[in-house]
Amino acid sequence: MKIYYAPSHEYVMVDGNVGYVGISDYAQKALGNIVYVDMPEQGDDVTAGEEFGAVESVKAAEDLMSPVSGAVININEALIDNPRLLNEDPMHNWIIEVELTNPAELEELMDEEAYAAHCEAEQH
Amino acid sequence: MNRQVYGKVIFDLSKPGRRGYYLSPAGCEDALQSLPSSLLREKPLRLPQVDEPTVVRHYTNMSTNNFGVDSGFYPLGSCTMKYNPKINEEMAALPGFASLHPLQPIFTVQGALKAYYELQQLLSEIGGMAEFTLNPYAGAQGELTGLMVIRAYHDSRGDKARVKVIVPDSAHGTNPASAAVAGLQVVQVKSLPDGTVDVEALRPLLDETVAAVMMTNPNTVGIFEHNIPAIAEMVHACGALLYYDGANLNPMLGVARPGDMGFDVMHINLHKTFSTPHGGGGPGSGPVGVRAGLEEFLPNPRVKVLEHEGHKLYYHTVEDTSLGRISSWMGNYAVELRALAYILTMGREGLRMAGPLATLNANYIKESLRDLYLLPIDRVCKHEFVFDGLADKSTGVTTLNIAKRLLDHGFHAPTIYFPLLFHESLMIEPTETESLETLDEFIAVMRDIAREAAETPDVVKDAPHNTPVRKPDDTAAALNPVVSYFQLDSAKA
Repeated sequence: MKIYYAPSHEYVMVDGNVGYVGISDYAQKALGNIVYVDMPEQGDDVTAGEEFGAVESVKAAEDLMSPVSGAVININEALIDNPRLLNEDPMHNWIIEVELTNPAELEELMDEEAYAAHCEAEQH
Repeated sequence: MNRQVYGKVIFDLSKPGRRGYYLSPAGCEDALQSLPSSLLREKPLRLPQVDEPTVVRHYTNMSTNNFGVDSGFYPLGSCTMKYNPKINEEMAALPGFASLHPLQPIFTVQGALKAYYELQQLLSEIGGMAEFTLNPYAGAQGELTGLMVIRAYHDSRGDKARVKVIVPDSAHGTNPASAAVAGLQVVQVKSLPDGTVDVEALRPLLDETVAAVMMTNPNTVGIFEHNIPAIAEMVHACGALLYYDGANLNPMLGVARPGDMGFDVMHINLHKTFSTPHGGGGPGSGPVGVRAGLEEFLPNPRVKVLEHEGHKLYYHTVEDTSLGRISSWMGNYAVELRALAYILTMGREGLRMAGPLATLNANYIKESLRDLYLLPIDRVCKHEFVFDGLADKSTGVTTLNIAKRLLDHGFHAPTIYFPLLFHESLMIEPTETESLETLDEFIAVMRDIAREAAETPDVVKDAPHNTPVRKPDDTAAALNPVVSYFQLDSAKA
């Protein structure tokens, strides 16, 4: 599965026409202990570059921006009772599973290397 | 410290049958018998049973664990925790004010209405606005009221397409929240690296769907927004209104006026700029001012004056064009009196000195610490400024650790992790009321903490060491809040 990143620190892990959307390790570290995840419902549509939910940590609340467009086929229900999973292992704990309607959008996103450089630049 | 009562809640001190006073049920039997049984309690109310000395000692001991601006330096950025002069309290406690009833006939409360009217006038002069309402109970309610005024204005012109409010990414969280509560959509505009609003990023966002642009000046990094006249022109050209968030009015007090800069609507936090108590001690007050032409939309009731042959009659009135009521009466009146007392005791010259002194104090701390703490925006600041944590990032000591270590030295922590523009924001606002000695002491402690971070980082990371409560688990508190004694396991036994 290939992983793409948005400048706002969400990733999408692509498997065929399905994308698993979550937040990056850099994002969880910056947020600190996460205490709440606001997610859409199954069947909702998300749009690339638009808000689809929010994460709250002990430090801040941040909107979640979807890196891709499509229909939400699944949400990660484990996060409802245990939002800390996003701190423990953000790459295995995706937030929503999306059926991609416009895979061409992926070309607008960053690969692992470009994203690492993006995070490095943001540190300064 | 009384060990017997320390660290417990009042329910822990309960012993069956203990009480301060015994109230005889004599005389109540008839009343009890006349009540239908469905309205009677089946079990007695679970109240703590405690004798009077235990109650007094419990709360007296607990009160000594509090920290306020009366106990020490409180450099909480964006909150303007200036000292609250005690004369304000005396004035607000005068029986002629404190014993009023809101439904008294106006001819029995002329003095109270005059005080209210005069504060409206004084705030209008300070803000450069045509008129003020004192009704909103707090800053965020002031924002909501201001946005409702703006909606009422657009609606009155039949312009229903304006559904967006533009806020800078450095704004207080209350700005987007107030816009959402007012039924408007929030659009964020980016800041430049120096923390000011990017005029070129704002320009394409302005069109016929924008109701208002909200700005804070100086902004949340303490930098004066020099482009306000250009921004005001752009905003007005697209038919929208410009809203001034008064959270940072303090440095401009008597020096510059939002009305003169082109702002149409503004709110003031009396509990910041005008020295009324703040924080848990509140309550606050968020008066809203409008430029000429918007007065008719202000909330009801409004206080006005009628003049006739040298006599004045102060009265309150309810207008049809108003957006309606936003408070049950006329706001937090006792807070308004404190603000009036502050303005009158400071006088015009005194008020004019507050901003420059607050600015001097902030720059003095900034320049005294910039070799050890990272200064992301290197400019002369106004009343506050932001460090992005320690300059030396190799120690692993975070802004949170520094804030906790300050508590060990008897200082309140600065605002941390706001604004969200930087990862390790540490936002310091000393205010004008602090002496040079206090500022120097704070600087010495901050330098000491930076030295500790390099030499003995664990001392800083494990802080605080000397506080009554050491490290509350903020994550557990957010995930599993225990807000009642009866939720505790010990209470269920």
